[in-house]
Amino acid sequence: MRRDAARWPWLLGALTLLAGALPLQAGSLAHRPDRALPAVLYLQSPAVARRVSLSFDSLMADLYWIRALQHFGASRLQQGAPSGFADLYPFLDLATSLDQRFTVAYRFGAIFLSEPPPGGPGRPDLAVRLLEKGIASQPDRWQYWQDLGFVHYWWTGRYDKAAEAFSKGADTVGAPWWMKSLAAVTLAEGGDRQTSRLLWKALAQTNDNDWLRKDAQRRLLQLDAMDQMDALTTMVGSARQRGMQAPWSWAALFARGWLRQLPVDPTGTPYELDLTSGVVRLGRGSSLAPLPVEPRSRAGVAVSR
Amino acid sequence: MKPRLIFAIAVNTFREAVRDRVFYNLLLFAVLLVGTSLVIGQLAAGQDVKIIKDLGLASSLLFGVGIAIFIGIQLVAREVERRSVYVTLAKPVTRSAFLFGKYLGLLLTLAVNMAVMTAALMTVLYVYWRVTPPNLQAVWTAPAVDPALLGALLLIYIELAVVTAIALLFSTYSSALLAATFTTAVWVAGHFVGDLRTLELVGASEGTASLGRVVSWVLPNLALFDVKAEVVHGVPVPLAQIAYAIAYGCTYAAALLLLAVAVFQRRDFK
Repeated sequence: MRRDAARWPWLLGALTLLAGALPLQAGSLAHRPDRALPAVLYLQSPAVARRVSLSFDSLMADLYWIRALQHFGASRLQQGAPSGFADLYPFLDLATSLDQRFTVAYRFGAIFLSEPPPGGPGRPDLAVRLLEKGIASQPDRWQYWQDLGFVHYWWTGRYDKAAEAFSKGADTVGAPWWMKSLAAVTLAEGGDRQTSRLLWKALAQTNDNDWLRKDAQRRLLQLDAMDQMDALTTMVGSARQRGMQAPWSWAALFARGWLRQLPVDPTGTPYELDLTSGVVRLGRGSSLAPLPVEPRSRAGVAVSR
Repeated sequence: MKPRLIFAIAVNTFREAVRDRVFYNLLLFAVLLVGTSLVIGQLAAGQDVKIIKDLGLASSLLFGVGIAIFIGIQLVAREVERRSVYVTLAKPVTRSAFLFGKYLGLLLTLAVNMAVMTAALMTVLYVYWRVTPPNLQAVWTAPAVDPALLGALLLIYIELAVVTAIALLFSTYSSALLAATFTTAVWVAGHFVGDLRTLELVGASEGTASLGRVVSWVLPNLALFDVKAEVVHGVPVPLAQIAYAIAYGCTYAAALLLLAVAVFQRRDFK
């Protein structure tokens, strides 16, 4: 009984000190300069990573996959950071080397890597390398060919390579019928918006990942918005030809009978009309911004509107 | 050698493990699994079930190896330190019966541990399966509650049986610290057997490569018990592969056990 009583002052002292440590920790954190530490890649070589993971390679692949996701998300939030997306490919390379069947890491990774700055590293060459690694490890997955064709079509502008990838994917057992037509259309009409729509529709049907599907659906909405903006630009041009001049506004176009209602994008955000030039733009705060640069216009070819 | 005697020693070893609070690791396992399953959906972009399976299988192995090594090395060493081995061996208990009983007792402990871990893993996966909408389940490469997981867990158990036999062998003639070091070293080396057989590919001399090949056939090939990645991705594992791995594991563990008995027979307790 006496020993129990003797314990209390010590416990009380310990609790008091622990409670005192809390504000000290908060104070220390408050005085620390706000700096983002670079992602540390302890293991650089996939071969070494495979060996040191013993039989926990699959779990280590998961950890590198989560690190890749975190790195991508953090880099997007800190746009303009000097390191940028430097470690994204090594993370994905390690994840897919440790677990060579990690389908989502190949497919997701290729999309991440292709994304142009500031939203991504803009490295379609690395996306191609990652997908070719996936094809080597699982040649029966037609989805990798689809993604490879997609990267070539959308980001490198190599329609011949894109068509070749779609064609090879179509030859894979279990590939959907439209892969063959995708190959033909890409070769014949690569770069136009209709072909882009076909590609995104194909990707929107993917079952592999919810994010991929949602991203493809967003891209389709962006293409719809671009169609609408083209139509509105044509309408402004017609109004100009009929003698209408700056300042441009939707209200003025409405008053002259060119519009029946306020034009809104597929997400419901009103479009903007430049007061002096009459250029149609996405409204501020539209979740569809920034709109993608179309493959053919990127390559310097005039896009038919 | 009386089976009832071996059984009595095995049960006693199991009771000792329970008294030593070995099963507290199950609490940690449960917290890890449930905690992970709660947060992983936010982090893994649709790979939650894969990661829960990976984590469940990996931690079953890791916790099991921890028990096999740290309890296995104490099986004999502690009895000697406490001098209780003198009392036991003074009775009509042969040294081989003593070792077999100790080994089976630890295998029983590991079996109970694995059974609870398997039940916990399956429960978490079942809950995930029930709460995940069917369109998101289409992403899974294998069903959440997959009977193939039992095959992977069975092979993990066989690997633990081999590791326990290694620990028991070392504990018959060395101190607990050395036995733990040796057992861990063999467990790690057991995963490099494939590399030891191809040393010439990394520029090793002919002599070194030959030595590597010899050592690779002596060491336990623990990579044979690893089908975790295949099972998680729904890749079928041939039954023959599992059967051969089980037969290899049982044979290797039995060989080590007999070696341990041979060493223990020579040990002087006077």
